[in-house]
Amino acid sequence: MKTPFPFSAIVGQDAMKLAMVLTAVDPGIGGVLVFGDRGTGKSTAVRALANLLPPIDRLAGSPTNADSLDTHPSWAEPVSGRSETVPTPVIDLPLGATEDRVVGALDIERALTRGEKAFEPGLLARANRGYLYIDEVNLLEDHIVDLLLDVAQSGENVIEREGLSIRHDARFVLVGSGNPEEGELRPQLLDRFGLSVEVASPTDIEERIEVIRRRAAFESDPDSFLNKWQAEDSIVRDRILEARKSLRRIGATDDVLRDCARLCMTLGSDGLRGELTLLRTAKALAAYGGSKTVTREHLRQIAPMALSHRLRRDPLDEAGSTTRVKRTVEDVFA
Amino acid sequence: MIEDAVEPWVAGQLALCLLAVDPVGLKGVHLRARACPVRDGFLKGRPSALADTRRFTPAISDVQLFGGIDISATLAAGRVVTSEGLLAQSKMLMLAMAERCDASLAARLAQVLDRDDGHSLILLDEGAEPDERAPDALTERLAFSFNLDGLRAENLAGLALDEDDIIAARGRLATMRVPEEAYVSLTHAAVQFGIPSMRPPTMALRAAMAHAALMGRDTVGDDDLRLGAQLVYAHRATQMPPDDDADDMEPPADQPPEDEGMAQDETDQIEQSMPDEMMIEAIAAILPPDLLAVLADKRSGRSTGGAGGAGRKHKGNRRGRPLPARPGHPGSGSRIDVVATLRAAAPWQPVRRRARPDAKSRVIIHPSDIHLKRYEERSDRLIIFAVDASGSAAVARLAEAKGAVELMLADAYAQRDHVALVAFRGEGADLALPPTRSLVQVKRRLSGLPGGGGTPLAAGLRAAADLARHAMGQGLSPSLALLTDGRANVALPGSVPGRASAQHDAEAMARFVRQINMPIAVVDTANRPQAALRGLTAILGGSYLPLPRADAARMSKAIGAALES
Repeated sequence: MKTPFPFSAIVGQDAMKLAMVLTAVDPGIGGVLVFGDRGTGKSTAVRALANLLPPIDRLAGSPTNADSLDTHPSWAEPVSGRSETVPTPVIDLPLGATEDRVVGALDIERALTRGEKAFEPGLLARANRGYLYIDEVNLLEDHIVDLLLDVAQSGENVIEREGLSIRHDARFVLVGSGNPEEGELRPQLLDRFGLSVEVASPTDIEERIEVIRRRAAFESDPDSFLNKWQAEDSIVRDRILEARKSLRRIGATDDVLRDCARLCMTLGSDGLRGELTLLRTAKALAAYGGSKTVTREHLRQIAPMALSHRLRRDPLDEAGSTTRVKRTVEDVFA
Repeated sequence: MIEDAVEPWVAGQLALCLLAVDPVGLKGVHLRARACPVRDGFLKGRPSALADTRRFTPAISDVQLFGGIDISATLAAGRVVTSEGLLAQSKMLMLAMAERCDASLAARLAQVLDRDDGHSLILLDEGAEPDERAPDALTERLAFSFNLDGLRAENLAGLALDEDDIIAARGRLATMRVPEEAYVSLTHAAVQFGIPSMRPPTMALRAAMAHAALMGRDTVGDDDLRLGAQLVYAHRATQMPPDDDADDMEPPADQPPEDEGMAQDETDQIEQSMPDEMMIEAIAAILPPDLLAVLADKRSGRSTGGAGGAGRKHKGNRRGRPLPARPGHPGSGSRIDVVATLRAAAPWQPVRRRARPDAKSRVIIHPSDIHLKRYEERSDRLIIFAVDASGSAAVARLAEAKGAVELMLADAYAQRDHVALVAFRGEGADLALPPTRSLVQVKRRLSGLPGGGGTPLAAGLRAAADLARHAMGQGLSPSLALLTDGRANVALPGSVPGRASAQHDAEAMARFVRQINMPIAVVDTANRPQAALRGLTAILGGSYLPLPRADAARMSKAIGAALES
């Protein structure tokens, strides 16, 4: 497989890039949903993200990327306990994937050849401690969606089938992308994504030309192009690592909490998840920006991506929910 | 005219050559044509670099395509046998009957194309209706698209091209130089034709580079750019360039581009200050003549082509009415039809026994005998009656409308359809009866339906749409029968009051309802057919039926027929 296009070389699409960086800073935010037309760089950005993420330590040979013997699942083959550093897993969940492949199933190979009843981990196991990427997420079949919702919520994958009874950690950041024209997502799934961004093709002609120019440069000579952008990518990576360290010390005043609550109430978003995500994302942004506390400015910047997908749909509002959130933010903070 | 008809042929042949030069960058060709000598001839003429294709249909299983454990061979051999997928066998793929490709296969193939590891795809799209076409997720990623319909086999000649030229061109491609203006003019042209995606400009550039390489140049020239833009942009255009007027659209003597010689090049040098203009004209010259019609098709076809979602019919392998078993590979999610498998194996037993006299099993079954069970599951239908019970409609013919609905109900009862009733009058709409199969209940609600008040058409449509969406979530296939006189005079809550805004809201709502993509019949209950309602029906994409005087029986039949489609 070819090296993906470097993350920093993606022209524009700042909201999408920021959202991805923030989930890398704080995986607890809970994933990104990228919605937009074709050819706007959705998949490019997700695949580029893989190269940007800091590597993780895991036990060599662990099927769930466990980092210590305590978290290593008991059903798996024993491991030596030796640690290895691997890139953060970014696992593709193809649309046609069967339930077996997603959650794992009886290992047919071993059942047939050795007559043993063993578990073959699925994509959820491989995505543990990493990212699970679903392209065209709105076309995903309902039974797979149900399954993902459950696992994404509990952080644990429980398999009760074919005489197996097995559980393992499955904590991952869900990244979905899709084209809204092809179908919509159920509100339950929408809600599980921490952030959502709408991407559109750049409207500025200079920006568009730059996209083509960089793409062409990348395709004609990938190596020197990568060299050129690697430095930028590693700056972003360092900032992510730095932000992860300082994240715990970021404070939020009561005023900020009140702002969050007022914003969500005015927008009428369901449940409390809106407020929580808003605050968490604002903290991540503050950490990434090197500030010590969360301010209104942070909230203003991330409110659209944290809240736009939690609004009730209004088919007659052609402005789109992002604009609605922005409008409300201006009203509330006025 | 003959020139025009042959034009896609020549362009297509050229595109195949370009694809042979740069399969990775250009990804492939979408070919829309019925199976016919023209298509065969077209494919036969492809350069030998593209000859080694693997051809498959959308029914291909994942194991065949991507590889995996071959269960039947594994069982037979007693050790794990993995099979190699088509993707591993060849870089060139050909998907026949691409119009039948479903969204999940399309998405996986799109991922393969996005990986940039050298796969390219030829889509053979035999769609007969405008709606029936290869998924957008794939066509968007392929550089070229041609429609060969209307070509006749006799006046077509193959493009004479030496195989060595292609190999030489591939060599030149790596060192091809691209002038700075190329990026500008290609991007500019894409914007002019309303192509928002960022893939086409890149692919147009690759096509131009491939063409330059084929022509033996080491720098991309204006000719190459124009050709690349023509081949990649023409079928994607969503608008005419803003400053273009109709007279310019006359095709200026469409000669095959590769005939353009040095003389042409020189004129280009002079006119280089305006490369964009020339490129735009060149593309406009080969735009499909019915651009607007094509656009309308694309918009309406989108929801059908993509989502698939809760269809009228599911082919499954678990529940429903059994269909004949088919030979296939047992994978996850399919069940072996033992009887059919044995039946397929039976005739061969004596022959197989002779070939393997030492076989211990009583019946010798080969993997090819295995048949799988198939079922067809039909989801239940839900007919939503949205009845206008406003004063204006009540005065006119609410009673007759009720009569028609009652007759429809009898029909629905016979077909075990679910029925729901939405009534709108005064300030808003109510769900008078949630989906039910109880005929008695519907009749009772219907006869007790009060009339009077304004006509909140938009609210009625919204209630029906909400109900339809909800029903789809539960696996029902909704259809909508809207009975109204179309004189909307109550806007949605929050809008400006007044007849104009009521009409505007109703139309906006209708566009929303259309996205749900269900059969819709609109029954005009006014005394005289209403032009506004006819317009609204067009937005809804439904059938319009003026209610004939006092003929409930005919009415009910007509609605039934309209919803069947």
